[in-house]
Amino acid sequence: MSELIKKTAAELVALMAKGEVSSVEVTQAHIDQINKVGDAVHSFLFTSADSALATAKEVDRRRAAGEKLPTLAGLPIAVKDNLATTDAPTTAGSKILEGWISPYDATVVTKLRNELMPILGKTNLDEFAMGSSTEFSAYGPSKNPWDLTRIPGGSGGGSSSVVASFQAPLAIGSDTGGSIRFPGAVTGTVGTKPTYGAVSRYGLIALASSLDQIGPVARNVLDAAYLQDVIAGHDPYDSTSLTQSLGSMVEAAKSGSVKGKKFGLIKQLAGEGFQQGVKNRFAEAIQLITEAGGEIVEVDCPSFDYAIDAYYLILPAEASSNLAKFDSVRFGMRVTPEGNPTIEKVMAATRELGFGPEVKRRIILGTYALSAGSFDKFYGAALKVRTLIQRDFDNAFSKADILISPTAPTTAFKFGEKVADPLAMYLNDIATIPANLAGIPGMSIPIGLADEDNLPVGIQFLAPNYQDAKLYEVGAALEGILEGIWGKRMIDFAPNLEVK
Amino acid sequence: MSEITPDLVRHLAGLARIDLTEDEVVRFTEQLSVIVDSVAKIANIIDAETPITSHPIPLANVFREDVVLPSLTQEQALSGAPDQAQGRFRVSAILDEE
Amino acid sequence: MAKANLMDYEKALELFEVVIGLEVHVELNTKTKMFCGCRNDFGDEPNTNVCPVCIGLPGSLPVVNRKAVESSIAIGLAIGCKIEANGGFSRKNYFYPDLAKNYQTSQFKDPIAYDGQLEVEVPSGNKFTVQIERAHMEEDAGKLTHIGGATGRIQGAEYSLVDYNRAGVPLVEIVTRPILGAGSEAPELAAAYVRSIREIVKALNVSEARMERGNVRCDANVSLRPKGQEKLGTRTETKNVNSLRSIERAVRYEIQRQAQILADGGSIIQETRHWHEDKGSTSSGRPKSDADDYRYFPEPDLVPVQPSIELIEKLRSELPENPAAKRKRLAGEWGFAEMEFRDVVNAGLMDFIEEAVAEGAKPQAARKWYSGEIARIANSEDKDVSEMNITPAQVAELARLVESGKINDRIAREVLSAVLAGEGNPDEIVTSRNLEVVSDDGALIAAIDEALAKQPDVLEKIREGKLQAAGAVIGAVMQAMKGQADAARVRELVLERANRA
Repeated sequence: MSELIKKTAAELVALMAKGEVSSVEVTQAHIDQINKVGDAVHSFLFTSADSALATAKEVDRRRAAGEKLPTLAGLPIAVKDNLATTDAPTTAGSKILEGWISPYDATVVTKLRNELMPILGKTNLDEFAMGSSTEFSAYGPSKNPWDLTRIPGGSGGGSSSVVASFQAPLAIGSDTGGSIRFPGAVTGTVGTKPTYGAVSRYGLIALASSLDQIGPVARNVLDAAYLQDVIAGHDPYDSTSLTQSLGSMVEAAKSGSVKGKKFGLIKQLAGEGFQQGVKNRFAEAIQLITEAGGEIVEVDCPSFDYAIDAYYLILPAEASSNLAKFDSVRFGMRVTPEGNPTIEKVMAATRELGFGPEVKRRIILGTYALSAGSFDKFYGAALKVRTLIQRDFDNAFSKADILISPTAPTTAFKFGEKVADPLAMYLNDIATIPANLAGIPGMSIPIGLADEDNLPVGIQFLAPNYQDAKLYEVGAALEGILEGIWGKRMIDFAPNLEVK
Repeated sequence: MSEITPDLVRHLAGLARIDLTEDEVVRFTEQLSVIVDSVAKIANIIDAETPITSHPIPLANVFREDVVLPSLTQEQALSGAPDQAQGRFRVSAILDEE
Repeated sequence: MAKANLMDYEKALELFEVVIGLEVHVELNTKTKMFCGCRNDFGDEPNTNVCPVCIGLPGSLPVVNRKAVESSIAIGLAIGCKIEANGGFSRKNYFYPDLAKNYQTSQFKDPIAYDGQLEVEVPSGNKFTVQIERAHMEEDAGKLTHIGGATGRIQGAEYSLVDYNRAGVPLVEIVTRPILGAGSEAPELAAAYVRSIREIVKALNVSEARMERGNVRCDANVSLRPKGQEKLGTRTETKNVNSLRSIERAVRYEIQRQAQILADGGSIIQETRHWHEDKGSTSSGRPKSDADDYRYFPEPDLVPVQPSIELIEKLRSELPENPAAKRKRLAGEWGFAEMEFRDVVNAGLMDFIEEAVAEGAKPQAARKWYSGEIARIANSEDKDVSEMNITPAQVAELARLVESGKINDRIAREVLSAVLAGEGNPDEIVTSRNLEVVSDDGALIAAIDEALAKQPDVLEKIREGKLQAAGAVIGAVMQAMKGQADAARVRELVLERANRA
């Protein structure tokens, strides 16, 4: 395995800036790794080695010419396949969009291009980001690099497994109920869901518009900070995009400290019913935070017990409407039944064959939640629960600077374990969902391996709206403490994938 | 018990334009019943006075000035169309033959 | 389809009370669409004024056009509405191929304007106050073309083609409360109401307001209830009524049709009906059913619209004069006979005359030109007066030239033709064509003396006091002057010369 791919994004950027390594070398090293482990891990739905190398060459040429380049210029990256790209197909993990080439780039993709980052390809996801395991991808699941018989988390299992298996130093994810943080936790990587609106959603194929947020996927906190600084910022094409700057995440990560900060232990997410190994690592992390000068306070968020219920009404409702545009008229798949079918029948046949089971389940559920007679009882009620959850957060943040919980109740589970039981699958997101309902930023970082299965465990930090920087401060600090104890990075414990 | 019946699932699938198979109707009826029974408990913690929150961040009055921005070309607009004719998207007849 | 039996109109009104409700869609004349920066112009090549937003591509997001919101508020204020302090957009979900996202971004619970009223005068002079429930913002759909089958209709078409240039064009939908008590004048009231809305949005300059182009569209709800019954009857909604005359006819038709059904013991189906201008009748569209479960919910991609008091008051201060009030004022100022004024209004000439008067024309002169020669030529060319190539300023100049005696009426008509032909302003044309009336008495006197000498019998008669005989001499002089003489002055001089000689 090339030494280059083991380096952090920050290290690679520094090496390229000093001229010690070229972007072509860095990009080629990752392409080599994709060629080596790509099939086994199945992280990518589409790879674009040629265009990535072309960008890398361009960066090297401009650097040689003495041009001032953007910070991450030349650093390769992978993009979740629910972001529209003009030079690669965008499928959102669905058959209904197979082969679709967008005539426009998502704002985040434009930012990556402006940053001159070679784009290695599009990563796998549960169809339309509905799922926690990538098992609902129409193109087959991605594998967890720690154990190929286990899920890499979802929906962004493509992005998490890419980063965890050194196929890319950074990746873009999207988080609607935990789709960046849960995959981060189960693959021993770092993932941040920024404050809602911090990163433009323009060009992100919407799952639930009021919950979706794009964020960075990385192997450590500083790398994630670099990427968030590139992709964040106001976008006039997104009405929900924040106008104010949230400051430099890189600065926050570099100045990281837990000392003097109050950490709110969420009573409802303290570990009841969680896997023992998850609880153990979480308890140790609390201990380390305390030893480093952080103060632990317990906070009570009673409405969190209803967060999943509200979420599984709001998300399907919004999704049922967002996915109505997949109708075979302007783009995507068209299935024409026998005879002389009307457009209505063509649409219904296309959507029946084009959508997978989880998507159909949620569309039907969402249609029900919004339908006349059910609205107040379901969708309207869920929006009220959302208010209560925000109030719980307001109350909790009046007592603590940062809230903490395990990111997920379990480590990575085996394929097939939960796929037939929607409710069991939904419970993976129990700790991550409240942040999406309230809009607040959250981050998952690895805190060690569970005793039972030697698989990664994550801790989740939550900060008040607009205070993403706090996540990077405490995340980097705890990461530093843990790496000091381990003598290496979490990801260096991962087994070497010596396939093919 | 939830009010999810096979007929309701068929009706919802009709509204959502999905031509479910009968197997799916049966399976979704079961699964949605479980989910709906479970999520219905949110009624326990809210009341008529609880305000709704539809946007996580309290923004208002986000507008665009009335200035023309570049459009797609006709070719770009039609590039993903399953079928097209005369610069337009082509679709099957809207009404059944009478 | 069998032609419906219609009850005699007077009889229908004896038996039933008519309740109407009107939904008027006004297309705003913003430069760009409601939620994206595409040109608001759907006459162009198909699918050229489109972008990821208005053709509903995955990942696209809407952003509200500020001007469209301000125009909507202005409309609301002009029809006496309150303005919603905390409104927003909702999604109305239904599948149709002209609806790119398969939901329409509209307003539901919190329309931008609500609780208004409008006083409307019908041709008889009766006045009604129409209560307005709401005016809300929404986006238009794309345009379907039906191919194959008979005459491009949706029925029997083989396939359809979609052009999304119109998709996302901003609309304001104005909805009345049920209008009761108009009696036999319900059809006229419906038309007069739509005419008022049209005038208002035109005066506000927020819409082109051309009904024939669909800038203003009306759906007319009609229901009947037996006299004395409290409960409202079942209503039908007639769509596609796109001229004032059709609105009147469609409402009248529905009254007669429903009355006959009810009288025969039948019941009215709540449904959408289509107006057929050619046949003068309505036909059944699709029935309302639970398929109309639109599943409205707050549009999560947009944030609330909260117009400030300052903005509302600014827009209120900029409102133009109410068209009805303005008519009343101008009728007083211009002093036309009642018939003259009504003709001017009905012919849509009021604004032109007002502008010409502002440019210095006398009201009667401006009226004479517009409702006379200009209207006649427009009519002969099958055009609207607004399409004629002459400005109110040019009309005013023409009137001034006549009034000052520089040209006479006959020459003025020639000048008018030249203006319409694009030869320039009246002044310039008079100069370049050398049309100014001959006012050199010397030349006239010479011509008169010559004419009198040639017609001694006429001279004799004039001297005897038979002044009407002078006509023959005047005619000869005018001919000699090629018409370029002031006939009144010629007459004066003829009498003077005859009596002197």
